[in-house]
Order: sequence, then structure tokens, then C-alpha cells
Amino acid sequence: MNITSIPLEFYLALSAIIFVIGAAGVITRRNAIIIFMCIEMMLNAVNLTLVAFSAYLGDSAGQMFVFFVMAVAAAEAAVGLAIVLALFRSRQTVYVDEVNLMKW
Amino acid sequence: MNIQIIAFFVLGLLAVATGILLVTRRNPVSAAVSLIMHFFALAGLYLTLQAQFIAAVQILVYAGAIMVLVVFVIMLLNLGKEDALKERFNPRTALAIALSSALALEVLLAFLSTPTGFNEIAPSAEKIGSPAEIGNVLFSGYIFPFEAISLLLLAAVLGSIILAKRKIED
Repeated sequence: MNITSIPLEFYLALSAIIFVIGAAGVITRRNAIIIFMCIEMMLNAVNLTLVAFSAYLGDSAGQMFVFFVMAVAAAEAAVGLAIVLALFRSRQTVYVDEVNLMKW
Repeated sequence: MNIQIIAFFVLGLLAVATGILLVTRRNPVSAAVSLIMHFFALAGLYLTLQAQFIAAVQILVYAGAIMVLVVFVIMLLNLGKEDALKERFNPRTALAIALSSALALEVLLAFLSTPTGFNEIAPSAEKIGSPAEIGNVLFSGYIFPFEAISLLLLAAVLGSIILAKRKIED
């Protein structure tokens, strides 16, 4: 198949598979923390795409983007888990289908 | 058959397998551990792309800080196994799996049908993945987002403290 090296589209395909697995996890799971972990997996799939493009095109903008995506993901982790903690404290549940007070 | 090809397939398989493990485990601690292994596989993939700094930061930030925080919160909330919605075959889960497989198939067809023309890692990739070049570019061209990120992190720290703080009854 491939003689010398991996073509770029293999990395893009792997990233797409990881992204779709994360998206399926976000839709399917009920536990808020596991949904959060699936979101982190989706962010990592996008990071892989960016780094692959940066390596194959010789442009460092992709890795700069990844740097900032990681920083934003860390900030989002702190705030999101604080929200889950506050939610658990007031509702005693982390299942997102039981938090339906605003459902019409 | 050089090391990049072997490493790509081994690490790619490990990343997909741990991703599927994360999505299917009932116990949140098992899911967290599989996600940590997923992050290590991705760090290995970054190393095959000559992105040394990003690989190191991936292990430090994602596996070392974010996942520790997640495991900490799981232990704090003392969550048990997530009970299934129904014991039997859930139609919502089946629909999710069917639609996401369709999306994955469509995206794979779109990516793998037309070759991009980039078959080799650029020869400058080793230079632009090194911390020296990352530092050069970050502090010269991207200095404004760098400073903005520090503000964002400050806001995140303050926000998480306020949100997670126990209300002090006066």
C-alpha cells in the first residue's frame, strides 16, 4: 500500500474516527463527567488534525492553534467540573436526563 | 516499513480502541483511565509528526492536569457505576451508533478518495516542532493571543472557585 511514509489523509481519517466516537459518546451517555470526557476526546481529534496539517505543510500556525486549544480546554475543564460539582450539590445527581427543571 | 508507519498504525489502533472503551464503560473511573491511555497514544502520534513540544504539553496538560482533575471530581462525588437506562437494547443508543457510523463512513470516503498530494512530512517539520521555534513564533507573531489566554485562564480560575465554593451561611 504505502511504501515510504504515511500520506496526510491517513491522519485526517484517524482524527475523523476519533471525533465521531467522541460525538457518539456525547449523545449516548448520561453521566455528565463522561460526556465531558468525550468532549475532551473530540478536542483532541481536532488537535491531531491541526498538528498533521502543520507537519505536512511546514507551517507552524497549526501548532500555535493547538497550543491555544489546549489552554482553552484546560480552562474549560476547570469551569465545567466546577459546574458539575455545584449541580451535584444542589440536585444530588450527575445524570443529565434528570436535570430537566427547565424542560417545557 | 519504517518506524513512522508502524507507530502510526499501532498508536492509531490504540487511540481508537481506548476511545471506544471510554464511550462504553459504565464505571467512570474505568472511562477516565482509558482516556488517559488515549492521551498517551495521541502524544505518540504527535511524536510521529515531529511535534515534540506539543507531545510533551499534551502529556503534561491533558493526562497530567485535566485527567487528574476529572478523577479527583469523580472520587469527590463518589459516583458508582452508571446504571443503564433500560436493561434491554435501547433504540436511542442504536440510532446514535448508526448515525455516527454513517458520518464516519462519509467523512472517510471524503478524505481517502482524493489524495491530498502531501505524502511526506515537510523537511522543516522537525524544526517547527521544536520548542525553540515554537517559542520564536509564539512570542513574536502570536503575542496577543498569548496575553489574552492569560486573561482567560484568570477568568477560569476565578469562575471555578466561585462556582464550586460552598455557600457560607451568615
